[in-house]
Amino acid sequence: MTAQTGTKIKVKTLNKASVIIRATLLTLTIITIYSFITFDYKGLNLLDSVIKTAKMLPTMLFEPHFKHFTFLEALYKVLVTMGLAFLTTLFGAVIALFMGLFAARNLTNNTTSNVIRGFVAVIRAVPTVLWVLIFAVGAGLGSVAAVVGMSFHSIGYLVKAYSESFEEMDNGVIEALKASGANWWQIVFQAVIPSTITFLLSWTFLRFEINFAVAVAMGAAAGAGGIGFDMFMASMFYSDLREIGVITYFILAFAIMLEVFASRLKRRLKLNA
Amino acid sequence: MRGDIFARKKMNAFVFLGVLILVTLVAIVMTEYNVAKGFTSIPKAVHWGFSNFYPNGESFRKLPDIMMKLKETVLVSIAATSAGAVFALVFAIFGAHTTRFNAVLGGISRGIATVFRNIDVAAWALILLFSFGQNVMTGYFALFFGSFGYLTRAFIETIDEVSGGSVEALRATGAGYFHIVFQSVIPSSIPQMISWILFMIETNIRQATLVGILTGTGIGFAFNLYYKSMNYHTASLVVVAIVIAILFIEYISNYVRRAIL
Repeated sequence: MTAQTGTKIKVKTLNKASVIIRATLLTLTIITIYSFITFDYKGLNLLDSVIKTAKMLPTMLFEPHFKHFTFLEALYKVLVTMGLAFLTTLFGAVIALFMGLFAARNLTNNTTSNVIRGFVAVIRAVPTVLWVLIFAVGAGLGSVAAVVGMSFHSIGYLVKAYSESFEEMDNGVIEALKASGANWWQIVFQAVIPSTITFLLSWTFLRFEINFAVAVAMGAAAGAGGIGFDMFMASMFYSDLREIGVITYFILAFAIMLEVFASRLKRRLKLNA
Repeated sequence: MRGDIFARKKMNAFVFLGVLILVTLVAIVMTEYNVAKGFTSIPKAVHWGFSNFYPNGESFRKLPDIMMKLKETVLVSIAATSAGAVFALVFAIFGAHTTRFNAVLGGISRGIATVFRNIDVAAWALILLFSFGQNVMTGYFALFFGSFGYLTRAFIETIDEVSGGSVEALRATGAGYFHIVFQSVIPSSIPQMISWILFMIETNIRQATLVGILTGTGIGFAFNLYYKSMNYHTASLVVVAIVIAILFIEYISNYVRRAIL
């Protein structure tokens, strides 16, 4: 009995996972501190700028005004941005559906799957704005370069999401159909797509939500048109804070609307599934 | 009855397809999208890419400068994500159903996160240009706000998913609020949170490129400089550098994820 009083019960065991968690957190902290020390601030007075921002935000948010466009024109521009996002999502979804089928391990062989996965990983690694700018050299700045360029990243994202949905489905169904002599396309259209359609739709809508934000950004950085371009002009050329306020409200309203709609859709799909 | 169900399903599919086609047509008209040009632009771009868009010997002389810019961008992304994560953790604890003080505070912190999340990073950059000018901190704060908003939502979902049962059990034993948060909620959700943070760092490097074009800093500025001066060989080298950096970080993230999840 007395021998036990001195021994402590070891509560935490130091396994590989907890070592790596600590190492990751420590590394991130060190890199963050190192970053702040080595940044080239170019003589920026941080406190002044923060105070300036704090004074600026109320002007932007509480005194918005229309100067270079009317309410209806702004609404139209937001809808143009939505249109860009929609076309991108549609093209991306159609192409990604086929690539996703060939990337799912339970529907093809390992080699095809690995080749597509590797290819898609590289496509995803290139930032969207660079895709758009690269395409703009051939097609000129505008909606064609924007939609084609934005589609690349959508395809990369959706191939990953779709193929993972396909892989999660019940393998018994595929085997039963194979045994009954169904060919590959019959298996895909009669079993694989119908049983995963709810997941496919919810991933696609999630991507649409992301694409709206991307389309705003491309309007600003790559001349894709829509409300993003107006925001770019208001900031870079007119330096009109109040107009930026108006545009921010428009973007916020549409983005939040999409988010609410997406979470409702997700809930309904979950109920149906 | 069975026939009815199938007929209705078919009908639903037709309506869905019809709406889809209609919306597509409206979108094509509104965005002035040239469908034919959309198809022909792809082979043209591929042809152009193979004949112009590859690094040549001369472009490698710019490599030290590109690596410097890339380093700055990677550091900004990591620093913004870490700081965003710290704030997101606090807001997530206030906003999550299992750990919030009361519904009002929870609603407020969720609302703040929603606003920050839905203003895009590019929009933040354009706003902050007014007060910070063309400076590395403009991009830093833009990424910081975006990461904060996104991670708050992710962390709230993680906390509610992971720690419902254990919080109730600890509360029944009479543990205090801070005990519950620091002994149960944070330890049990930290692997999932780290996974989100690593994902955010990858995303932020891509976003930082875009922000860099707008604010004239980092790797985005380098690309824009060579792109606008039509020095496509060097611009392509910038793209290669970004791709390698992102794939490398993805590789490390996957390793960490496999080990902790």
